[in-house]
Amino acid sequence: MESQQGEGGTELDSQSSIWVNTGGNKMAALTTGFGRARQGGAGDPREYKAETAAGGDKLGGGGGGGDRGCSFLRKVSVPGSGGGGGGGGGARLRSIAGTRPSVQNGQLLVSAGLPALDQLLGGGLAVGTLLLIEEDKYNIYSSLIFKYFLAEGIVCGHTLLVASAKEDPGDILQELPEPLHDDNYKKVLDEGRSHKSQEEPEISMKIAWRYQNLPQMEAGPGTSSRFGHYYDVSKRMSQEVIQSAKWHKFFLPEEITSYANVESCALNHGYTKLLHFIQRVISEQGFDGSNPQKKQKNILRIGIQSLGSPLWGDDICCADTPEHMHSLTRFLYVLRGLLRMSLSACIITVPSHLIQNKAVTSRIRNLSDTVVGLESFIGSEKEANSLYKDYHGLIHIHQIPRLNSLICDVSDTKDLAFKLQRKVFTIEEIKTSNSQSPIFSHGYHIALCSLCGPLNKFIKRIFVF
Amino acid sequence: MFPELNNLLNVSPDKPEQGKFTLLCDAKTDGGFLVHHFLSFYLKANCKVCFVALLQSFSHYNIVGQKLGVNLIAARDRGQLVFFEGLKSTVEVLFGSKEQPNTLKFIRESSSDLKSLYEFVQKALTPSGDGSATSWKFPVLLVDDLSVLLSLGVEAVAVLDFIQYCRATVCCQLKGNVVALVHDSDQTEDEENAMLMNALGHQSSLILRAEGLVTGFCKDVHGQLKILRRGLLQPKSEQTRSLIYQYKIQDKSVTFFARGLSPAVL
Repeated sequence: MESQQGEGGTELDSQSSIWVNTGGNKMAALTTGFGRARQGGAGDPREYKAETAAGGDKLGGGGGGGDRGCSFLRKVSVPGSGGGGGGGGGARLRSIAGTRPSVQNGQLLVSAGLPALDQLLGGGLAVGTLLLIEEDKYNIYSSLIFKYFLAEGIVCGHTLLVASAKEDPGDILQELPEPLHDDNYKKVLDEGRSHKSQEEPEISMKIAWRYQNLPQMEAGPGTSSRFGHYYDVSKRMSQEVIQSAKWHKFFLPEEITSYANVESCALNHGYTKLLHFIQRVISEQGFDGSNPQKKQKNILRIGIQSLGSPLWGDDICCADTPEHMHSLTRFLYVLRGLLRMSLSACIITVPSHLIQNKAVTSRIRNLSDTVVGLESFIGSEKEANSLYKDYHGLIHIHQIPRLNSLICDVSDTKDLAFKLQRKVFTIEEIKTSNSQSPIFSHGYHIALCSLCGPLNKFIKRIFVF
Repeated sequence: MFPELNNLLNVSPDKPEQGKFTLLCDAKTDGGFLVHHFLSFYLKANCKVCFVALLQSFSHYNIVGQKLGVNLIAARDRGQLVFFEGLKSTVEVLFGSKEQPNTLKFIRESSSDLKSLYEFVQKALTPSGDGSATSWKFPVLLVDDLSVLLSLGVEAVAVLDFIQYCRATVCCQLKGNVVALVHDSDQTEDEENAMLMNALGHQSSLILRAEGLVTGFCKDVHGQLKILRRGLLQPKSEQTRSLIYQYKIQDKSVTFFARGLSPAVL
């Protein structure tokens, strides 16, 4: 049976220019094996890896030549032969820290940094996909979610790539929140609860119920093997944890020394540079599987701040009919291609509230996988609404991808609000005073959000049909 | 393929219609399940399929196809399926060496047409004259989806030209079918997309339109499917007949039912 390495060699010789495919072949072959292993009904992640170890080698022999498709489903296991030759058994499989397979269809997921948001997104962010955050008006809460994503990457030991046109990425990393440890977390939660109980009876949280269960966290910095951590926003991450992280930085004013008129591939100059930078990091660090010698697979977390803003040289936020209307959408398309063929997850914040042309907003959404919009109440008329008095803003899950399946894990609740307590960011379903179930329950109840308590009960009795 | 949808459309893999242009659109929801349906339908009907996938990777369609009973890898190996993966080609065009066949060269240039893409389709579907043993029923072109081309800077007129060329070759000359997906964004001001959709709607003989429910999100009914048949050859009888069904998507199939008669309600 030919070894994995030998096969990789022939692929390289015959298609030397398409070096990308080499890794992709093996990876895609593994993917189909994984998919089949999953259908066997294995529930334990360790069983996945065991079955794939047996199936992976077989597939490597048979499917490597034929399957030229690249898949973003980089599965956890790499047969040991990829590292050192010999395609037989004894393959040692290592899982990537900070990832887990999805319960629904076995995809590899990473945490977005907020366990509540992970649950809304169907368990986490799939590897190889793009999370688009539509910024709130003053970019307060979206930058917080951005930082949660990066902090989660550091705690899990992933490699980061931070790109910004506004702040130096080094400064962004200095402001990351500190991970919470077990006993500290209980204290924070109790403070929050006692605060609330003075005002009104405690609302049982449907979404954030996990906050009531204490997580088992390992103390101290270093790679944590848990999925999803909690962070204390009022404190900064310690210096030694940040220093221990591996990260790449792209700060636009430093990269562009002169605005040359050369525009390759009809993209904005800044976007072109960023794409080349990302592609270089992916290929040099081996995130696309092109370097089979690399024993430990890792995830690349890409964070791009305020894409589409005028600081990137784009004018879709400035004009009704922008001149470079297609720059950002082309960028997103190429980025999608890069993500799909590598072990990476990307978060992008876009100031959508500044984009006048709604067509561009919908095109941007169609080109992203997961789209989350934040709407803060600061300065808006909703601040006075009694329904929203406990919250700081609304969170809209606009889109969740259907990856490798016909269905996606959409949560039932659509009325979600967030609030930033003194230390923790929570997402909750908006509870009206008298509702006990989601709005649609066999069409018999009417949504009575804006009425107050006793009137609610009275009217419901009349209108039940 | 979804057997219930076959019943609604009155087709079966044994006797599919020929020479038709089917337009798939979705509004406020994801119409991707229709693409999976047609892909597996035509593969089961033993047709030669050229699939231009611009937005998702090959393994996405493969894994769903396995749930629907077709094996895309095997189909590609035996030559029944020609798969064009837009994302992969884009990365190769931009970051690979310059000698790549520039099927997607409009990515690089700011104003270009889709001629190279059409030539790719033509080469894939025209039967080669070297007497290959297996003969397929008729060629089918499947595009997912055309709205992405507008996002990439191609003009709507160029996309319409591309579809016109493809229809002339595939539908009229080779007596095959063309199926294309377009996102409808009537809530927003995307005029190019609206123009594209209207023009394609007039050229098509069958329009399948997946819409979200007007009343909002519901767990048991995922959306509504409008089936419009346009009788192009019968000017006197009614031009369009339209049927509306609601559907719920499950892991391996989609169930259709009449409006208001969801199994959750009955």
